[in-house]
Amino acid sequence: MASLKELKGRINSVKSTQKITKAKQMVAAAKLRKAQAAAEAARPYASRLAAVMGSIAGKVTVSESSPKLLAGTGKDQVHLLVVANSDKGLCGAFNSNVVKAALSAARELEGQGKTVLFYLIGRKGRAVIRRAYPKAVLASFDTTSVREPGYAEAEAIADELMALYDEGKFDVAHLFYSKFKSALQQDPTQQQIVPVPTQSAATKLDAGAGSAVDYEPEEEAILAALLPRYLRTQLFGALLENSASEQGASMTAMDNATRNAGELINKLTIQYNRSRQAAITTELIEIIAGAEAL
Amino acid sequence: MALHFELVTPARLVRSDDVYMVVVPGTEGEEGVLEGHAPFMTTMRDGAVRIYKTEGAAPEEIRVTGGFAEVGENGLTVLAEHVEG
Repeated sequence: MASLKELKGRINSVKSTQKITKAKQMVAAAKLRKAQAAAEAARPYASRLAAVMGSIAGKVTVSESSPKLLAGTGKDQVHLLVVANSDKGLCGAFNSNVVKAALSAARELEGQGKTVLFYLIGRKGRAVIRRAYPKAVLASFDTTSVREPGYAEAEAIADELMALYDEGKFDVAHLFYSKFKSALQQDPTQQQIVPVPTQSAATKLDAGAGSAVDYEPEEEAILAALLPRYLRTQLFGALLENSASEQGASMTAMDNATRNAGELINKLTIQYNRSRQAAITTELIEIIAGAEAL
Repeated sequence: MALHFELVTPARLVRSDDVYMVVVPGTEGEEGVLEGHAPFMTTMRDGAVRIYKTEGAAPEEIRVTGGFAEVGENGLTVLAEHVEG
C-alpha cells in the first residue's frame, strides 16, 4: 500500500487538475454562449443569400459559358478535402471525429480511383492527416493568431481556395466541419462547396421567387458576382458552427473530467484515511504490547 | 407609408428600419428606392448607401463594400460584406 505521504501528494495533484478542468469548463460555457450568438447573428445574411442564389440559379441554365465555380472544370478527378479543426485541445473527440470523417471519405474517393488532396484549417488535425497522407496536404490555413473566427478569415480561405481552383489544382472541393447540435452533440458534416451545388440551392427556392423581378445587370452577371460571396458565406458559417461545436465539446469533456477527478479524490481520501487509521492502530498495539511485556 | 429597409452583413443585422427612401449605388447607376418599388435585384458598387429617414431630411450615409441589393415584398434588403460607420 502507498505511504501516507504519497497518497497526500496524489490527492493534491488530482485536486489541482480538477481546478484546471473546472476553470476550462466555465470558460468554455461562456465562450459557447458567445459562439452561439455569433452563429445566430450570421443566419439572416446566409439565409437571404441562399434564397437569392436559389432564385437566380433556378433561372440560369448551366452551360459551358457559365462561371467555373458553378459549372465545374468538366472533370471529376482531383478532390480537395477542406478540413476545419480547432487550434486547441481539451475538447474531447471533437477534432478526431472531423478528421475521422475526412479520412474515411478520402479512402472512399481513393477507392474510386480519384486523387485526394487536403486543405487544413486549424492546427489540431494536421499531424494525423500528415501521417495518413504525407504528400496530399496541399495547403493549410493558420488560425492560431485569431481568437474567434471572423468573416475576414473566411474571406482569406475562400480567396485562397478560389486561387487554387483557378490554377486547376482541384476539380471538386468538400468541406468537413462539425455541425453544432447541442453542447452534448456535434455532428461531423461533409458538404460540397466547389463547384457550388446549385441543385441544393434551388430547392430552397421560395414561392415568391417566381414572380417577375428586374435584374440589373442580368442574371448571369449577378450570379457570377454572388458565387464567390456564397462560397465565403458557406465557409464563414462552417467556421462559426465549428467554433460553437468546439466550445460545446470542450464544455462536455471538461465537465466529465471534473466529475471523474471528484470521484478519484473521494476514493483516494478514503484510502488515505484508512491507511492513517491502520497506522495509528498498529502504533497503539505496539505500545500496549510493550506495556504488557513489562 | 414607409419603406422597410434592412442592412445585413455576414456578422450581424446592422439595420432594420422603416424609412422614407434609400439611394443604392448600383453597378449600373444609382437607384432610389421608395415604398412600393417593383421587385428587383442589383449588384452594388463600393460606395455609400444614402438613407432618407423622412421626406426632405438630410441623408444618412453608410459606406458599403461588396454589396448586393434586393427589393421584394418585404422592402429593401442590402447584403453587404463590409460596412463602415
